[in-house]
Amino acid sequence: MPADTTAPDAPPDPGTSAQGRVPRSPDLAGVEAGLDALQTQPAPARRGRAALSRLWPPVLAATVLLVVWQAVVWSGVQPLWNLPGPRQVADAVTSAAADGTLWEALSTSLERGVLGFLAAVAIGTPLGVVVARVRWVRVTFGPIVTGLQVLPSVAWVPAGIIWFGLSDATVYFVILMGAVPSIVNGIVAGVDQVPPLLRRVGQVLGAGRVAMVTEVVLPAALPGYLAGLKQGWAFSWRSLMAAEIIAVGGSIGFGLGAFLQQGRELADMSLVLTAILLILAVGIAVELLVFAPLERAVLRRRGLQAETAS
Amino acid sequence: MTSAPAGTTTTGTTGTTTAPAPVATPARRPAVRLRGVAKEFVPGAPVLDGVDLDIAPGELVCLLGASGCGKSTLLNVVAGLERATAGSVESRPAALMFQEAALFPWLTAGRNVELALRLRGVPRSERRERARELLSLVRLDGAADKRAHELSGGMRQRVALARALAQERDVLLMDEPFAALDAITRDLLHDELERIWRTTGRTVLFVTHNVREAVRLGQRVVLLSSRPGRVVREWRVADEDAERLPGQITDHLREEISRHAR
Ligand SMILES: Nc1ncnc2c1ncn2[C@@H]1O[C@H](COP(=O)(O)OP(=O)(O)OP(=O)(O)O)[C@@H](O)[C@H]1O
Ligand SMILES: [Mg+2]
Repeated sequence: MPADTTAPDAPPDPGTSAQGRVPRSPDLAGVEAGLDALQTQPAPARRGRAALSRLWPPVLAATVLLVVWQAVVWSGVQPLWNLPGPRQVADAVTSAAADGTLWEALSTSLERGVLGFLAAVAIGTPLGVVVARVRWVRVTFGPIVTGLQVLPSVAWVPAGIIWFGLSDATVYFVILMGAVPSIVNGIVAGVDQVPPLLRRVGQVLGAGRVAMVTEVVLPAALPGYLAGLKQGWAFSWRSLMAAEIIAVGGSIGFGLGAFLQQGRELADMSLVLTAILLILAVGIAVELLVFAPLERAVLRRRGLQAETAS
Repeated sequence: MTSAPAGTTTTGTTGTTTAPAPVATPARRPAVRLRGVAKEFVPGAPVLDGVDLDIAPGELVCLLGASGCGKSTLLNVVAGLERATAGSVESRPAALMFQEAALFPWLTAGRNVELALRLRGVPRSERRERARELLSLVRLDGAADKRAHELSGGMRQRVALARALAQERDVLLMDEPFAALDAITRDLLHDELERIWRTTGRTVLFVTHNVREAVRLGQRVVLLSSRPGRVVREWRVADEDAERLPGQITDHLREEISRHAR
């Protein structure tokens, strides 16, 4: 091997090493494959057990709460009509389920909550992208959006009633005012946290303005966006309950808020607790069945979540 | 040996900043041609000043310099990410690789490469096949479905290399791509890079502040001074005494650095 096979235009010659001095390892591919194997761990195969081990602590906590509740009721500090026990509330739940009011309230509220939330996503997502990416929009409207997020959406109920009367429009209006700012802020936060290096890579790879947003910025901002969606849902649900409690009658149907309000008017504490538990249950169910798995999947795919089983 | 390589004389093009079309006359026109390139971020404090450098097509040049002397800035200027404040920059289309692999974490290794193909306009039907070929070129045949966090640092850099190669640019700019890797992996990647350079015939400008790495890889080693950055010396590795060259370059580098102590 001559020592000067290195003219710039020398034909490719995979057999020689540079300058002919460096000893060629007999099996580069083999060494490399070995190193690759050493430096990567096979993914642990576990699924079902992890799900189980995630399930029992909250169940245990709920059981403890029930026991404490029952103990307080038995201690007799409050009369039963003022503080019904789990038993009485369970009876109220079954009878409300039997006469259909429970299902009516649940389905009315869920439907509105989901529709309102989807509308908020449809409005908030493009808005968020614009606020995050267009400088002057951000400078002018950014602070307003942040301010709106702090404003409790109950504050919009009177305005909604004056503008839209006792109709579904009021309910949706309040939901939107509650949820859209959260979603917008989620996107903005997500976009702000995109590592500049990834944008540079996009630029180097030749991404234009549009491709930069769709191929780099938005996917990179997905975790922040998801967090915003989750908060947006929470705000939707809260706003909906606020609206339903305050705005009863008219063409507004019978939702969980109205159910709660009815319990108050009847001074039936069991009904009130039933409504509260249902509202809570929906919140927990959506978190556990929709957002938690979504978030876990996104974070795990990016290696952002520690693989903790317990 | 401090002069520019022979045979790179071009006429009448100094002053243009556009990439010249590949010319028919075989390879006498440099792939990268820098004349009097200056760059300042803060007025009056030039980071680069009067950088002259020619790189012939198919050449592998290592750019060496102290930390902060403007190596990355120079690469960015060549890549077109930054504009030179003065001077002329002519380069064939260039791909750029960073110290970190910077793979998109939401995509698999294969999809990362495919994205580069897609942004280049390669039709969907060809992308997958082409991406596999490129991954196979960097010896990652089985890793197409892995995500960045499932790969070791060396494997990530190889995916990044495959992604850069997917751009099909004549020039490959590499900004300390192996600096964060352990020594064993780095040695292997040197062999790999050399093999790939030979099979693909790319022009490579490789930035490092590791003298041994520069000598190991480069056909030419170019030393950049600090504040302002300027080409102060260069060595044609094949012409020198291979044993003594690293020591010799290190001496120059130290001298260059200690100039700033006064
Ligand atoms: N965008 C910028 N704005 C202002 N100053 C900058 C910018 N980018 C780089 N610099 C300055 O330019 C000088 C050279 O930076 P550069 O990153 O090019 O050095 P380098 O040789 O690549 O260093 P290293 O070996 O540490 O990577 C540094 O002093 C740095 O502070
Ligand atoms: Mg640098």
